[in-house]
Amino acid sequence: MSALLSLKKVAIQLAGHRIVDELSFDLEPGDIGCLMGPSGCGKTTLLRAIAGFTPISNGSIELHGQLVSDSGKSVPTEQRQVGMMFQDFSLFPHLNVADNIRFGIEHLPSTEQEQRIKELLQRIGLNGYQKRFPHELSGGQQQRIALARALAPKPQLMLLDEPFSSLDAELRELLAQDVRFLLKEEGITALLVTHDQQEAFAMADKAGVMYSGQLLQWNTPYELYHEPQHQLVADFIGRGVLLQGQIREHQLHCALGVIDHEILCEQGNHDVTFLVRPDDVIITDRADSKLTAVVTGRGFRGSHYLYTLELPDTSQVLAVGASHQPLNEGTQVGIDIDFDHLVVFDSDVCELPD
Amino acid sequence: MTRGPLLLFGVAALIGLPLIVVALSLLNPQWDILAHLWQTVIPEYINHSLILLVSVGIGVTILGVSTAWCVSQFDFPGWRWVSWGLLLPLAMPAYITAYTYTGLLDYAGPVQQALRSIFDLQIGGYWFPQIRSLGGAVFVLCVVLYPYVYLITRAAFMQQSTAAFESARTMGAGPWKSFWRVAMPLARPAIATGVTLALMETLADYGTMEYFGVTVFTTGIFRTWYGIGDTQGALQLAAILLLFVIVLILVERYSRRRAKFYQRRSDGQQMRKPLKGRQAAAAALVCWLPILLGFLIPASQLLIWSIERAETWTQPEFWELTFNTLWLGLLAASITVLLALWLAYGRRRHPTKPLRAAISLAGLGYAIPGIVIAVGLLSPLAWMDHRIIDFSRWAFDINPGLLLSGTVVALLFAYSVRFLSVSLQTVSSGLEQITPQMDDTARTLGASPRRILWRVHLPLLRSSLLAALILVLVDVMKELPATLVLRPFDFNTLAVRAFEMASDERLADAGPPALMIVAVGLIPVMMLSRALKTQSIKTGD
Repeated sequence: MSALLSLKKVAIQLAGHRIVDELSFDLEPGDIGCLMGPSGCGKTTLLRAIAGFTPISNGSIELHGQLVSDSGKSVPTEQRQVGMMFQDFSLFPHLNVADNIRFGIEHLPSTEQEQRIKELLQRIGLNGYQKRFPHELSGGQQQRIALARALAPKPQLMLLDEPFSSLDAELRELLAQDVRFLLKEEGITALLVTHDQQEAFAMADKAGVMYSGQLLQWNTPYELYHEPQHQLVADFIGRGVLLQGQIREHQLHCALGVIDHEILCEQGNHDVTFLVRPDDVIITDRADSKLTAVVTGRGFRGSHYLYTLELPDTSQVLAVGASHQPLNEGTQVGIDIDFDHLVVFDSDVCELPD
Repeated sequence: MTRGPLLLFGVAALIGLPLIVVALSLLNPQWDILAHLWQTVIPEYINHSLILLVSVGIGVTILGVSTAWCVSQFDFPGWRWVSWGLLLPLAMPAYITAYTYTGLLDYAGPVQQALRSIFDLQIGGYWFPQIRSLGGAVFVLCVVLYPYVYLITRAAFMQQSTAAFESARTMGAGPWKSFWRVAMPLARPAIATGVTLALMETLADYGTMEYFGVTVFTTGIFRTWYGIGDTQGALQLAAILLLFVIVLILVERYSRRRAKFYQRRSDGQQMRKPLKGRQAAAAALVCWLPILLGFLIPASQLLIWSIERAETWTQPEFWELTFNTLWLGLLAASITVLLALWLAYGRRRHPTKPLRAAISLAGLGYAIPGIVIAVGLLSPLAWMDHRIIDFSRWAFDINPGLLLSGTVVALLFAYSVRFLSVSLQTVSSGLEQITPQMDDTARTLGASPRRILWRVHLPLLRSSLLAALILVLVDVMKELPATLVLRPFDFNTLAVRAFEMASDERLADAGPPALMIVAVGLIPVMMLSRALKTQSIKTGD
């Protein structure tokens, strides 16, 4: 199947600054994509370029196989059939819920309008709210109305700019799943921008991490978590620490001892940095373990504790422990290391891209 | 991008014309005139102006800060009334308050009559303060202008984080010490802003000074221009007055910048402390006194006069005058609002440096005394008129008369210079609530720019456009000196009529037109108090 959205070597310059650099990815029809990255990495600018608000200086953007942006041309936003949802929802404060949703479908006959409004409101669980005004709604309700409004004209592509960032954490994940369900039900392809990986994991089929205008990796969230190809991706996604080690004779020598792993077979001898996730470290009974560590920090996470453990050489790793028997700080524990996925980076490529 | 410089030029020409004319008169000093003025009037003008600035400054600070503190910190019987009642003097032009106090406190006024009959005194046989004096002018300006300080300081006190004040208390500072050491310093930039606004009004005042016989620059400019017919002298006096104003503008800009620095979002509901007994009575007294002096007493006097002259209200001539004034005000308001819309949209689309410079220049107009604008406009307009007459005579053999300086065009021009900033501020704040994201959203929903304008912008701007219209309308109705100088022959406004009646010692006849001005002036005060109410609700949650 051909991609619905295809970006090829897109570069964006604003006021002489290069915001996005040689960026390419494809999004298949019906998929939900997600761009993550710290603020200022260029992800919102990229989204605005796809919507047609910002021109691109190089490369091309194709929607449904049709060129919509390149260095010379830019199809106006209103002709692109993209829906967009903003961080602040941008509901029109002077229009009630029904009229907000109606805004994009006023060219339809009025019976069809009414039907579509009702159908959408039912789907987001807010039927009966037609006559309410935006200021009478809670944040979560406003967010869903904004989504319904953007969905009403049945756009080819839905763009969501930090759609949940103004909501509180609990609501966020719940709504993220709701929104995913709705988009899937309507069969709409969507691209989401966020700095929150929980949001990305809850919604995305494909995700990528952006850093200073570059897309470091574009893959499924599972791959991003377990097989990051870049140290910055490893750092940004999930919890974990990066430790130093050396590969000698296809074995990894480090503070955790000597580690064997299949991926090391092809590696020559050199210094590396490698990723240790909390789920790679298992706390065991002290007696039958060759590796020990001291608990130096403890964070309660409800279903579990997240411990910071200090190894004999003073480097630190994270580990997960059961919620009902907390370990006190200063306790000596034994640990086992079990690398399902071992991710190593060359020590000399840990610099930031510029 | 191409429209930015064009806009700059347009606005700079509009706002700058009178200023440039006045400033040029300083660059080209007529030494003999200046020397003469220095020997005769200028020292006195400066002396009086300084006394006024210092005394009014102190007076409005005391009245404004004490009331703002009581209203923002305490709860006492009648709180709801005073919290907006303290704004009422904004509806009273200073010169009208001056007339009412003269009526009350003069020889023949009810107060002295009562004193004489009670104590059986003879006229001239006792001491009574003369209201028509420098001291009287200070009193009138203080009770009329303190709301500027009250309004801004109150907002500052309410926005101050309670935590700052409360942490001072936990560190052992008593309420008084906390007030002086924490609340006041934090509010100081806001207080300074309010006081400079009041002082700008003080410098611009003509009606009160003229009526009380206090010689200052505004009255001097008028006298030099009309009494002596000395255009250059008037312009040079205007230039000196402008120097005073520029100092105030600089102070105001500086303190506004600092005010921004000090202001924080309020971090929660600020609890006002309920007062009881003598404390409550004291707070109520502090707040009711300025309302009484600044509004209730003068307004009652106007009402009494208007009832005494009841026949005025049925005269078609009076209604014609009212209609005239409203029509002029609405016309000026429409012009300034259209200009403001143009500028505000320009800034929204292309916020270039020259454009922002042009807009802050437009913001200056309000600080410049009406009389300075008037004399600064009159000579260039007259010059242009003569060129038009020459051309028309040469081309068509017709003398069209004074098309600019002799018609309402001159008045509308002056009002636009002076009140553009009022409408610009209102329109800009209205436009701010229409976020760029709303435009973007509408575009992703397939709306064309025209549809966005009609369906999104105009409905959302409606209330601020209306507010801007009313504010300018009221300001035009109150405006006295520029109207006096620039009005066409035989053209009157309510303000001019009230001024003429009072100058002829027919105070009661000044009542109906003055009451009309105050009545219309109450509309924006009501709007303001409503806005304040929603503001305190918003900061409360």
